[in-house]
Amino acid sequence: MRSRRISVIATTALLTMALWPGLAVAHGLAGKRFFPSTLTIDDPFVSDELSLPTFLLFKTPSDGEAPSSKTANISGEFSKRIFPNLGLTLAGEWNNLDPAPNDRTESGFGNLEMTLKYQFFTSPAHETILSAAFGWEAGGTGRKKAGAESFDVFKPALLFGKGMGDLPDALAYLKPFAVTGIVEGVLPSRSGNKTYTLNDDGDLEVEIEKNPNVFHWGFAVMYSLPYLQSFVKDVGLPAIIRQLIPLVEIDINNPLDRGFAGKTTGTVNPGIIWAGKYFQLGLEAVVPINERTGKVVGVRGQIHFFLDDIFPNTIGKPLFRW
Amino acid sequence: MMGLHAMLVAAALLLGAGAAWGHAFLDRAEPRVGSTVKSPPSQIRAWFTQDLEPAFSTLEVTNQRGERVDQGPAKVPASSPALLQVPLKPLSPGTYRVKWRVLSVDTHVTEGDFTFRVEGGP
Repeated sequence: MRSRRISVIATTALLTMALWPGLAVAHGLAGKRFFPSTLTIDDPFVSDELSLPTFLLFKTPSDGEAPSSKTANISGEFSKRIFPNLGLTLAGEWNNLDPAPNDRTESGFGNLEMTLKYQFFTSPAHETILSAAFGWEAGGTGRKKAGAESFDVFKPALLFGKGMGDLPDALAYLKPFAVTGIVEGVLPSRSGNKTYTLNDDGDLEVEIEKNPNVFHWGFAVMYSLPYLQSFVKDVGLPAIIRQLIPLVEIDINNPLDRGFAGKTTGTVNPGIIWAGKYFQLGLEAVVPINERTGKVVGVRGQIHFFLDDIFPNTIGKPLFRW
Repeated sequence: MMGLHAMLVAAALLLGAGAAWGHAFLDRAEPRVGSTVKSPPSQIRAWFTQDLEPAFSTLEVTNQRGERVDQGPAKVPASSPALLQVPLKPLSPGTYRVKWRVLSVDTHVTEGDFTFRVEGGP
């Protein structure tokens, strides 16, 4: 009886030792570094999290016959870990275009999007995360008049996150810096859309709208006050201030072909994130980099929930472990 | 108005449901992170943002030569489940590194380190 009890204790201890390094981490952590979920650039980590809502108010410029339009976008994103390093994200959005290309105010859902992401490298010592992702925007699942395309779009991507905590101690105040980023292909399944209309003379006119392949890239540079306070120097910040992470996100689209090559668009998005225990709040200005992108500064905001902290034993953990 | 009430109740339930959970991040420490103290402390105390699992939470203190100067193992007092503390050997002037790795009550692991300096040292 005694030997059996010792055996059970030994087995439990071995299991504990074996599982110890693999206990739940997630949540955008690499060593000491907590990467917040950024508002504009996709995150380099897999997680159990919910962004709901993210809102965007922006004014797009006129383009050919299409008028300038005030766009209100509300979106949600649910990320779920299937395995500890493999996650699935489902995203949806609702748009209001004032006016839409048909000169009327139109609103409705955009296309649904699904992304599979594999976090294939994590270095706690160097606060580094690397991931590969493949996104699929399902054409025709949203309302066309509200801007949803009728074709699929595929989005292979590489993502990275790097904290500066491995800098020498002489540069201690730079350690709270971190950068995350993405390089992504945006590949439409159809090279162009044909629209048939009858002109005033009753003749059939064919209009072809081309859909270019796009090289999308971007990065976020952030300075973590929680990191400063907990790992570098307790400078006595008030509780609400020491949970802030100021950041700037750069988001660029480079069309590559089909008559759009060189017509770069993008935004610079300075803002701030407040990270709490169970959720974070973010707010950014959306500054167009050129007149092709827009002429007026927009605004983006987000409420983001950490499901792994709110529901650690149910939906907040991977579906499967090995 | 009922809608607002419903939303507030839902938000309270959502946040309240997780009240005992979450990652444990370092909230504050004594001596303070990155500080310089005039007299050597007799212990390190580190407060975390969540309650800890004592059996799987460690804290070590080393001097500049990498030698342990704590009299561990670190303990979580029953009266303060978010506090990890360890007594220290007598410290001479110099810089010391505190390294911790903790398990919160919902099995989330976090780790980190910080330094403090006893005045008179390099």
